[in-house]
Amino acid sequence: MLAVILSRLARMVVVMVGISVITFLIFFATPGADPAARIAGRNAAPETVTAVRHDFGLDRPIWVQYGVMMRKMFVTGDLTSFVNRGQKIVPTLTAAAPVTLSLVAGAAVLWMALGAATGIIAAAFKDRLPDKILMGVSMMAVAMPVFWVGEMVNLVTQSRLHDTWAFSWVPPLGYVPLSESPARWFLALVFPWITLSFLYIGLYGRMLRTGIIETYQEDYIRTARAKGLTARRVLLKHATRAAIIPVVIMFGMDFGVLVGGAAVLTEVVFGLNGVGRLTYQALKVLDLPMIMAAVLYASFFVVLANAVVDLLCILIDPRLRRK
Amino acid sequence: MTERPTFPLPDAASPGAPSPILSIHDLRVAFRGARGAWNEVVHGLSLTVAAGETVALVGESGSGKSVTSLALMRLLAPATSRITGEVTLDGAAVLSLSEAEMVARVRGRSAAMIFQEPMTSLHPIYTVGEQLIEALCCHRPMPRAEARRAAVALMERVRIPDAARRLDDYPHAFSGGMRQRVMIAMALASRPKLLIADEPTTALDVTVQGEILSLLKELQEDYGMAMLFITHDMGVVAEMADRTVVMLRGDVVEDGPTAQVFHAPRAPYTRALLASVPALGSMRGEPVPLRFPAIDPATGAATPGQPLARQPDLGAPLLEVRDLVTRFDVRGGLLRRKVARVHAVEHVSFAIHPAETLALVGESGCGKSTTGRSIIRLAGGISTGSVRLDATELFTLPPGRLRLQRREIQMIPQDPLASLNPRMTIGEALVEPFLEHRMGPATEARAKAARLMDQVGLNPAMLERFPHEFSGGQRQRLCIARALMLDPRVIIADESVSALDVSVKAQVVNLLLDIQERTGIAFLFISHDIAVVERISHRIAVMYQGEIVEIGPRAAVMETPQHPYTRRLIEAVAVPDPARRHLRRTQPPSELMNPIRPLDFVPPERRYREAGPGHFVRED
Amino acid sequence: MTTDRPETGSMPPADAAGGARPPPAGPWRRALQGLASSRTAVLSGLGLVLIVLATVLAPVYAKHVAQTDPFRSGLSAKILIDGKRSPVMERSTEGLGLGVTPIGPTWGPKYFLGADNQGRDVAARLLYGGQNSLIIAGAATLLCLVCAAVIGIVAGYAGGRVDTVLSNLIDMIWAFPVYLLAISLSIVMLGKTFEIGPIHISSSSLVVPIIIIGLVYVPYVARPVRGRVIAITNSDFVLAARGLGIRPSRILWRHILPNVATTLIVFAPMLMALNIVTESSLSFLSVGVQAPNASWGTILQDGQALLYSRPVVSMAPGIAIMVTVMLLNLFGDVLRDILDPKSVRGR
Repeated sequence: MLAVILSRLARMVVVMVGISVITFLIFFATPGADPAARIAGRNAAPETVTAVRHDFGLDRPIWVQYGVMMRKMFVTGDLTSFVNRGQKIVPTLTAAAPVTLSLVAGAAVLWMALGAATGIIAAAFKDRLPDKILMGVSMMAVAMPVFWVGEMVNLVTQSRLHDTWAFSWVPPLGYVPLSESPARWFLALVFPWITLSFLYIGLYGRMLRTGIIETYQEDYIRTARAKGLTARRVLLKHATRAAIIPVVIMFGMDFGVLVGGAAVLTEVVFGLNGVGRLTYQALKVLDLPMIMAAVLYASFFVVLANAVVDLLCILIDPRLRRK
Repeated sequence: MTERPTFPLPDAASPGAPSPILSIHDLRVAFRGARGAWNEVVHGLSLTVAAGETVALVGESGSGKSVTSLALMRLLAPATSRITGEVTLDGAAVLSLSEAEMVARVRGRSAAMIFQEPMTSLHPIYTVGEQLIEALCCHRPMPRAEARRAAVALMERVRIPDAARRLDDYPHAFSGGMRQRVMIAMALASRPKLLIADEPTTALDVTVQGEILSLLKELQEDYGMAMLFITHDMGVVAEMADRTVVMLRGDVVEDGPTAQVFHAPRAPYTRALLASVPALGSMRGEPVPLRFPAIDPATGAATPGQPLARQPDLGAPLLEVRDLVTRFDVRGGLLRRKVARVHAVEHVSFAIHPAETLALVGESGCGKSTTGRSIIRLAGGISTGSVRLDATELFTLPPGRLRLQRREIQMIPQDPLASLNPRMTIGEALVEPFLEHRMGPATEARAKAARLMDQVGLNPAMLERFPHEFSGGQRQRLCIARALMLDPRVIIADESVSALDVSVKAQVVNLLLDIQERTGIAFLFISHDIAVVERISHRIAVMYQGEIVEIGPRAAVMETPQHPYTRRLIEAVAVPDPARRHLRRTQPPSELMNPIRPLDFVPPERRYREAGPGHFVRED
Repeated sequence: MTTDRPETGSMPPADAAGGARPPPAGPWRRALQGLASSRTAVLSGLGLVLIVLATVLAPVYAKHVAQTDPFRSGLSAKILIDGKRSPVMERSTEGLGLGVTPIGPTWGPKYFLGADNQGRDVAARLLYGGQNSLIIAGAATLLCLVCAAVIGIVAGYAGGRVDTVLSNLIDMIWAFPVYLLAISLSIVMLGKTFEIGPIHISSSSLVVPIIIIGLVYVPYVARPVRGRVIAITNSDFVLAARGLGIRPSRILWRHILPNVATTLIVFAPMLMALNIVTESSLSFLSVGVQAPNASWGTILQDGQALLYSRPVVSMAPGIAIMVTVMLLNLFGDVLRDILDPKSVRGR
């Protein structure tokens, strides 16, 4: 058991190093452009470019450059933006993290609960009306771009119906820290949560439904029914429990990806200053160190989430515990 | 186990206590097909099972026997199945009960069920204990501690060693036989009046099968259960049943006391079925392999099979295997290092002569299939030793030469459907090896394919079809034809007839004997089915845990077995003759040891003593 | 137990004509018959054909119906409404009346869906944009499938070290959030021209988003392809082919690849759907399709500024995306049920 955990963590570290190399190569070793000029930003003064070149060791061999970059990012943490003069990148990212975390965590609770409910209900009513309705809505949810859903939500809640009783409570776009006011934090995030989770409710509902229906073909479900368990118990304890494992794996990956910045679209639409929006703004001004730091932060989070999920799976699925 | 409640067993010859536990009248089961049409698979089945009685429902695949058992418990999907007729189970009209009443009164309560596949019939992510406790509590709520005690008692009752500790193990930690014991324990949880056993021993090894059958017999007496025993195995029927019901394509063709069904069958189909079943010991006094009787399906009349006319050529051996060792590394841990080794085949040596059949028998995991694959170097893992075909040493050939040499040794697989590429027509599949070995032009290949189709009893026009359009027996004929395309001198038949229905099995065995008689091909016949092996082999080698424990002429091994394992194997076979019931002893469960060994394991030196001419036995 | 798929169609059986046996149905032909007999597949396929047709006819619509060039800004254009000439960019009635608002939907031939904030005909741009969205998504799907097939097949078939290296690479790329990977790639690719031998790729070319979108999903397909290749390589029929002495190259081409193809085909519609959404998202973040080209994503981006005043500019492309993606997913579900009932799950 301990060997399994250690081996998984070791693999995680290897993957992280690999990712940092790939990211570094994308930004620093793509042909056709001078990385110093790119880091310095658009229309930078020649002196700035020279300073950048020296600061990042760009006149030295490529592995030294990699070392310098990694030191700036993880050891000294003094990576600075040249576009937004002197802005320290690591603290900026750290400050943005709670926003993203609030958004994703809340949405995750919503989509796991409703996704599971959707999948179980649809499977229980397979090919009947509730199933058809739920799967139709899920199909739509999966087909709509998140930011578009967000825009439509904003259109209704911020503009068209904002002055009616239904949505007059909706605060203007933006984030309120939890420490400042839990109630306003909650209100500000209600629609971002719903928007972000909508897609995943559809995805997870469909996935769980398929999983449960496939599980019903298994011999052990026949055993459970033959021994006289009620239909509800067979569905919840036997079929759902087995079918939920791939959903949990998926959840870990999606959670990691979203916290790592894939929530960018939702953040942009709702004006939440999370990691994603930070990246988006850096993109607009081509603030290269910022983008690179964000990408690395994001992928590390994904790798970490994957490792946690793998270990979690060993806990919930005894079959994986062998060797 | 000293006190045993005596329960009056009904006399095998006079079935029927006054009120039957189960009575079925005119049961019809239909499934909705792909296009919404109903397809009836059970046509008006009627039978009764008296209290404490064992009724066997026998038939080949597609006879509707398993569907019947699921219909009784209403376990078929209601959306795609239709069940009509009358089923009375312990006073309840099963077909008119609601789903909730089924749960409350019937399933697991008055009737319990065990299934064919113990490996997949237990929920993989709950411990055995949880599943047992669930079965106990769902009918009689009780405190957790009490349920646990009851679960341990049940596991002890089905003779699972070390029950208290094993209660918290997951199913994957149990062997197939042990899992089937757990299934039985679960079925006993509510002391049902009827146990429906759907092919409960089919997936098990022969020695384990014997143990499970004895256990079921014993429990039936203790609990006074009636049993509906569904099987295709006439040996098991003879061993277990008071009464036998024979089904053919959804119809009952014969129903009577077991002794009568076996000794004076009325229906032609029953006669045909019984004539096709190889009975262990029936070859006593026969000098050479014997074909199965040819059967007229209309009357069931059997014409005795012809003995094999061609004698093995006992000069120089055709295939000589010396000191064959095949091991697989088990990797694990942090750096995927080797942590252990599977000793699948250990120092196996034998020779086969032209026109001779050597059978390799043993139970699952004994290494017999790996031996077969190692000979043609398809086993993977690390193989050492020597395999000589005539003068050619196969183990030192470079890959290109080996590929060409494979023409001489062909394989007939266990699962013919899986062995045929689903995206190639049969014609393409047959012609391909011929052309690959540049044996002649395409026209000649096609002509040969058509000729071989004819020889294996199939219409050459079927060459245009795809594998999924054939039945199981036909597919095995196709695989035989494909092997014959290359004019091999040795054929390795790896459980080639094991999955086939009894009557089809007899035909395919006869086909193999015909081929041997005509071409003088040598067979390495790998099988767990000793009764078939007895029928067709010249010599027999018995394998146990990767080693040959006994090898010799068929008559010597079968009639005077020397090694204890050989004796146990032969004794465990259920013989299709109710007069020869013998599985009454309560044996302690035997667990096959797995052949995984630490890296530094050195296999013991083995010596063999000669028990008779050409009959060698491992000295233990 | 029957494992028959629930059938949606009600076509008569194919072998109804005459009592003779139908011609031997190969797996591919059976798959086609399955599609043809599924009402869902036929209807969604038809819908997709209509969408493609509509976008192909975009120039005809622009020239003969809308009579406008949807790529030139029409800030000073005028249009006849109810016999009255009114400007396309109306002076805003809100606030101080300083800003201008593009005309809303006229529901007539010209400016059917109104104009965007450069005075261009939204309906015409929607059709042109659809063309680009579909081209990008389609080409990216193809690119992704080819790359994933090569990687998956090489890794799965070669095994050993090659597999270890490729699998780890796949895992690493998998760990990048798709949008951030796309943003990173677009930063290094956009804003320059590439000269690869004789090929000249300008930064505004559609090739850039095609490459970006095509590459980011490669791991998602390569992983299952590899698994499938391994499963087939270890299957009984490949073992049988080796036992028959068939050459390894022929085993790969005739036995393994045709059976892997189903996995790739099953992925195609799902991937196409995913790519359409990805294209719109990237264009929305302004790292996808670049001006002057239009796509559903860029129209959405244009519409963002007009969300509260002229929501139709945002709604129209959103609905177009939703409908297309739904049709693709419906079609893909049927295809998966027919070709590969168990091996591809979830997304």
